[in-house]
Amino acid sequence: MTSIKQLPYEEYLLAGNGSCPGCGLTIGLRNVLKAVGKDVYMVVPASCSSVIQSPFPNSSVTVPLLNTPFAAAAAAASGMVRALRVMGKDSVVMVWAGDGGTFDIGLATVSGAAERNEDILYICYDNEAYMNTGGHRSGATPLGTFTGTTPTGKKENKKNVPLIMAAHKVPYIATASIAFVTDLYDKILKAKNIKGFRYIQIFSPCTPGWLLPTEKSVESAKLAVQTGIYPLFEIENGVFKISAPSKAYLKKEKRKPLQDYFKIQGRFKNLKEEQVKMIEQWIDEMNEEYANLDGKKII
Amino acid sequence: MSIIEEKKTGSNLKNLKVVTANEAVALAVKCARVDVVGAYPISPQTSIMEYLTKYVETENLPIEIIRVESEHSAMAVAMGAAAVGARAFTATASQGLLYMAEMVYWVAGSRLPVVMAIASRAMGAPWILGNEHTDIMLPREWGWIVLFPEDNQEVFDTIIQAYRIADKTLIPVIVGLDGFIMSHTTMPISIPDQSIIDSFIPKNTPKPYALNTENPFTHGNAVSSNLYMEFRYDIFRTIEEAEDLVDQVDREWYELTGRTYGGTIQEYMLDDAEVAIIVMGASSGDAKQAAMNVRQKYNIKAGVIRLRSIRPFPVKRLSRIASRLKCIGVLDRNMSPGLAGMIATEVKFALYELENRPIIQAYIGGLGGKDIKIEDFENIYLELHEMMQGKRKVEKVRWVGLDLSAVEAYFEEV
Repeated sequence: MTSIKQLPYEEYLLAGNGSCPGCGLTIGLRNVLKAVGKDVYMVVPASCSSVIQSPFPNSSVTVPLLNTPFAAAAAAASGMVRALRVMGKDSVVMVWAGDGGTFDIGLATVSGAAERNEDILYICYDNEAYMNTGGHRSGATPLGTFTGTTPTGKKENKKNVPLIMAAHKVPYIATASIAFVTDLYDKILKAKNIKGFRYIQIFSPCTPGWLLPTEKSVESAKLAVQTGIYPLFEIENGVFKISAPSKAYLKKEKRKPLQDYFKIQGRFKNLKEEQVKMIEQWIDEMNEEYANLDGKKII
Repeated sequence: MSIIEEKKTGSNLKNLKVVTANEAVALAVKCARVDVVGAYPISPQTSIMEYLTKYVETENLPIEIIRVESEHSAMAVAMGAAAVGARAFTATASQGLLYMAEMVYWVAGSRLPVVMAIASRAMGAPWILGNEHTDIMLPREWGWIVLFPEDNQEVFDTIIQAYRIADKTLIPVIVGLDGFIMSHTTMPISIPDQSIIDSFIPKNTPKPYALNTENPFTHGNAVSSNLYMEFRYDIFRTIEEAEDLVDQVDREWYELTGRTYGGTIQEYMLDDAEVAIIVMGASSGDAKQAAMNVRQKYNIKAGVIRLRSIRPFPVKRLSRIASRLKCIGVLDRNMSPGLAGMIATEVKFALYELENRPIIQAYIGGLGGKDIKIEDFENIYLELHEMMQGKRKVEKVRWVGLDLSAVEAYFEEV
């Protein structure tokens, strides 16, 4: 496992980009690009990442990047990677998409590319809502969350896209978190050298969208793992494996109180007692299921 | 023997193949050495992709065909490939074009030289398979060059010409063809030597727009309002100026193959004509026959203006032609609801400032695959002739072949 001191000094995401203070996705992208290196083509659908690149003619990334409409990224990346291979280039083609572009409007496109097992590194930075529009519920938004379109809290729970990807039998799937940078780095490093469709979902807090103090971005991401609400795992060639940062929290008694996670974020302020219970039950069931799957070939 | 001499001796009619227009498209895509194709089935375009996949799999061609999950993705595939400098192609029709629309617009804004075929078809609801031109007319506002050939040979030749035009302008090009009337009917076409095509549309030209890791840049990121309009103006101007380029590329093709289609407009019997019909695509053949018939039967000096380029709209050429005419009928196989056909409205705009402006009568017909017969065109010529003589009033729009009694009979029955 790479230690934090071993992360490369090279920066591919430049300072001075248009992101908000405490932005989770930029922590993610910065470290993802360190792992991928410069031989990469990025494909970015409509998302916060299309805005924080800084306006033309500036660019805050030092790698080639193609912006696409919302639902198009996985397909555009498919065309791009096939073209590059025909031209004899072996570069990584990496989609960098938000949860709206992955869980919702882009899901058919992601599924199509996964079914074809396109040689794409698909990364979803999951900030659990449409944050670029000002914070609106997506299929990634958890139960009870306040957003602009769920003013009294979301009525439905988050869908499990990593397991939907698993149903496509792609060679590599992982969840990661911006609070566990070396785990994230190692997953990207591993995924980079696998051929075929790779799906990595990175938990990325959004300070304005989550009504979260800017200095608590990493803390909230850490708590999401420690409370068991966002377990980190890998599915490599069909084998499910809980990642080191989440290992201890499979056991209920080791988990931190869920309220520690909820209370620092304004987006959970409307949570009703029964909703908290439902979420607790969901976390218990999910972790129990993952504990059962750990080390097994599941697809 | 030079190619031009060959042409004069008629030996350019070599390598004949009897194909549908869809197979002509597929052959042209193969001959254009396309790298990446986004493929999704929709009638009447589907067999283009069937032929292409057959060529690729049986002849082991280096073409990547990506069988995507939607038309939106088919165009996204073409865009992703073109963005790194590959030659890209896709095809669609009707509902597929509507579903794809977002990407069609985006590719034009991205200035990527993609070529797309559209086998024209009416759109629902209700479900309808028949041919009409409303789908092909829509992208004229989306920043593409839109060409519309008349027969299967011209379809093949126009796909090749399209890559030359797209590479020169960095404006993507649509090549339309009449669904079913052409997509599913055969005629012999001549395939030029591969060396002619390779020299006409070389692939190793510099591509400064292509993303690469040596000199990384960002494609399509946000601009300020101060730049956006200037980018739009560049698309406007480039397509406006392409009026000459479309003519020129067609002439260059003639030098190599002996085949020419008039560039933006094919003129038929217009030298002494007083009345003419503006028409697109496969119906043009019937219009030409009708022009000949009314010349013989009624001594009406009739001609045909076959509009081959919807964008660029050939304002200059059309003005020159129209200034010699007394009365023009515009047959639109599409409609702009409550107004008229889309070509008619554009023709009126284009000719308004003309000093000796001819009378212009808009016609709508052939929607949803309804047949337009030679007699219908003859009838239009007779009406135009009467308008020219002042015996008939010009109307906002006249419908060809509209039979409301069929609808009334149905409702009486139920």
